[in-house]
Amino acid sequence: MLGVLLLALAATALLSLALGSRALPLTTVVDVMLHDDGSEAATIVHALRVPRTVLALAVGVALGVAGALMQGQTRNPLADPGLLGVEAGASCAVVLAIYGLHVDDLAGYAWFALAGAGVAAAAVFAIGSTRGGPDPVTLVLAGAAVSALLGAVTQALVVRDAETLDAFRFWVVGSASGRSLSVFWEVAPFLASGLVLAALSTPGLNLLQLGDDVAASLGLSPWRQKALGVGAVMLLTGAATAACGPIAFVGLVVPHLARWLGGVDYRWLVPASGLLGGLLVTLADIAGRLVVRPAELQVGIVMALVGGPAFVLLVRRTRAVRI
Amino acid sequence: MALLHASPLRVGALSWLVPVRAGLVALAGLVLLLVLVAVDLSVGDFPIPVREVVATLLGGGDAGQRFVVMELRLPQTAVAAGVGAALGLAGALTQTLARNPLASPDILGITEGAALGAVAVVVASGASGYGGGLVAGRLQELGLPVAAFGGSVVTALVLYAFSWRRGLDMQRLVLVGIGLGAALAAATSYLLVNARIQDAASAQVWLSGSLTGRGWEHARPVLVALVVLTPVALLLVRSLNAMLLGDDAARGLGVRLQLTQLGCLVVAVGLTSVSVAAVGPLEFVAFVVPQVALRLTGGSRPPVLASMVAGGVLVVGADLVTRAVLPFALPAGIVTAAIGAPYLIWLLVRTNRGRTA
Repeated sequence: MLGVLLLALAATALLSLALGSRALPLTTVVDVMLHDDGSEAATIVHALRVPRTVLALAVGVALGVAGALMQGQTRNPLADPGLLGVEAGASCAVVLAIYGLHVDDLAGYAWFALAGAGVAAAAVFAIGSTRGGPDPVTLVLAGAAVSALLGAVTQALVVRDAETLDAFRFWVVGSASGRSLSVFWEVAPFLASGLVLAALSTPGLNLLQLGDDVAASLGLSPWRQKALGVGAVMLLTGAATAACGPIAFVGLVVPHLARWLGGVDYRWLVPASGLLGGLLVTLADIAGRLVVRPAELQVGIVMALVGGPAFVLLVRRTRAVRI
Repeated sequence: MALLHASPLRVGALSWLVPVRAGLVALAGLVLLLVLVAVDLSVGDFPIPVREVVATLLGGGDAGQRFVVMELRLPQTAVAAGVGAALGLAGALTQTLARNPLASPDILGITEGAALGAVAVVVASGASGYGGGLVAGRLQELGLPVAAFGGSVVTALVLYAFSWRRGLDMQRLVLVGIGLGAALAAATSYLLVNARIQDAASAQVWLSGSLTGRGWEHARPVLVALVVLTPVALLLVRSLNAMLLGDDAARGLGVRLQLTQLGCLVVAVGLTSVSVAAVGPLEFVAFVVPQVALRLTGGSRPPVLASMVAGGVLVVGADLVTRAVLPFALPAGIVTAAIGAPYLIWLLVRTNRGRTA
């Protein structure tokens, strides 16, 4: 099953290189990918489509994995990676950067977003932790509270200053376009270390579903487990938000989709959510390029506009999606 | 301590469980709410001592004071208290129904539906109105609450229709609500991204939830909805307690499950819709207030009455802060989050210490 997903992902990536306001034949795409001949097609592929495809894939994978980890860690299927305060922290930092320092390029936003995400997530983890390790409900509530507080700061600045709002409203919908590959390299170390932590924490998630006490009696250290898991979620979500802005809905919905496809074993759920996330975000990015040609819809908007109703139908059709 | 939580009261063959601590918390909150209301009525550009405010409310005072208190300040304070109580109650009901602290009306998509309706009105009337700015302004004033109310009610109907499948399953309802809410929020951001920046800015103010300049025409629907729907909620409380044990156990105890769920949802949606129509989405209130009340009363589910009182305290407090403390204008929704969030954080930290000690 994972192999099928991987193939689908590769095919989608190829499509993403070929489709857009100027569609290129697949043979041309493969040609110019192999050797950059300086033609118009080569420029389009290398300068525009490769960066956004790489970013959409990376961000989708990161958000999918983070979503599955988050729901496993908190034992709450409504938990979204954004709940740890990461997206609110990143947004707040970006608004502060626009308002106070007049930063106006996307690569500059990325550093502020990363810093904001890190600070917010650390605060949430500190508030939500007891001596025995963080308790899932407290963690989620702490995340919601910190998000609300940071959201208030963001709102206050945006409401008071129209210029900030004008720059911020395009960042906050989440988009993969207009970024160069350097943005990807900026966040790549964070993504990679997040994925390593995720791989380390996944095997214990199934035990954790039985409750902290049972998991501990079976030889799992809940505290270590949660530190790993929450660390992974912070790194992955923070890096994704820094690269493309907050893309809502992916982390929340993709694990439900993965459960529907292949059951609730987290050893399947985490990698499958990653691949599905990459697939969905890339598809949403392609769709955003095609529906209102030659203009574009931001990937975050497409994701939620198409994904929302599709998710509703999925929930209606099956009894497999369970809270 | 156990006695303080809830003690049985027996009269002959009858007995009730009296939630002593929840009652005390609600009572203390009510006193605090009354004090805040009195202070809120007394401060402003034309300060009136609290003693005279009380006298004016009871029918005394001179004409100027009567005008300021009864016509200018009381409606806004009433909106604040009413909206706070309504959102607190709505949040307590949905969180109890779904047995999930995250299931506030915000997450069910209802607020997002209202926001889409309102933002659509702002953007549409703004774009038409270079020449007819005044006309557009009037249209917004009349159309905003109606559009917000319409948006939330339509969303609730769609939500109910899509969640219904051989009965209503709360978990399905929450998931459907999340899907709907995400799509509606995306549509709203689409409008905001493509709107003129002036329209986007004024929509943003509405989206933060603002109490400024609210009159009796805003207060009346909220108060009427509270008077009608609160008794319904109180009737449903007994069934809610049984439902905490799980759907099957509740059915075994004789609870009519579908009817109770439908009743709670109607109450929650009704209260949320009128609140959003009156002041815009005060996003955080319905989520945080029941959780704060739960931690103060220490029961097994968010308490209904204490949540209402706590909601009133939070929103009236925010109104007071925006009018009297801050040197610049800020929408009340921002202030409710700025007050409510640190308080919830403090409660979380304190309970954690208590648990380990």
